[in-house]
Amino acid sequence: MSEAISFRFLIDGDDFTSAGNASVQVKKMLRQLNFDAETIRRVSVAMYEGEINMVIHANGGSADVNVWNDRIEVVLADSGPGIPDIDLAMQEGYSTAKDNIRSLGFGAGMGLPNMKRYSDDMKITTELGRGTTVTMSFFVNS
Amino acid sequence: MKISKIIELLDATVLCGEDKIENEVHSACGSDMMSDVLAYVKEQAVLLTGLVNLQVVRTAEMMDMKCIVIVRGKKPGNEVVELCRESGIVMLSTEERMYVACGRLYENGLRGGGVKENE
Repeated sequence: MSEAISFRFLIDGDDFTSAGNASVQVKKMLRQLNFDAETIRRVSVAMYEGEINMVIHANGGSADVNVWNDRIEVVLADSGPGIPDIDLAMQEGYSTAKDNIRSLGFGAGMGLPNMKRYSDDMKITTELGRGTTVTMSFFVNS
Repeated sequence: MKISKIIELLDATVLCGEDKIENEVHSACGSDMMSDVLAYVKEQAVLLTGLVNLQVVRTAEMMDMKCIVIVRGKKPGNEVVELCRESGIVMLSTEERMYVACGRLYENGLRGGGVKENE
């Protein structure tokens, strides 16, 4: 795999119950590609949190997953409202999610912090009213 | 601890995964906040929760968990149980409340697992 293997998923923004489907598929594919369990868990958990975020805040979006032997990259892009204050959004416990989302077990203000914690590098580009792109890179455990 | 021991301690009903109840589990966590569950990377085999939606199963699957215990006698819908079955995870239901259920398992030797990533 000197060239990347790439996958693309569309995240449905209308249906909270289906959120996570893309991450489950990525997890299965990474297993088939024989990555180690911890790398697979880090990638799939971080992507899952991102997927949930896109459904809660941005009416869905797209997920591009690029896989090399030693590195995995996940690019989550949406056309949502954008993040007004990234530093604030990165604080554990800060959330703008509604109560109905909290009752489902999310919206605790842990999504972005968890994504940063599980990835080796995370970049956020955002523009108010235009959308947000989160790029996470994971180095494969050797 | 075997999952069958959890069933006995919590007087629990098996909703799916009957064929896996003799599997061993070594750690557990109790939470209704799925993001809190997702914050811990290492070895948590059992999730005790009062939530009964599909995201509970997906969270457990992401974390490679072996068993979900639904507390307070809540009944998950068929699609939740089916997803759990497809994911190869045992799902139990107990009438006990969260605090008592966690306490009973802890007292019998099932400890809290989990190390927060990067700590």
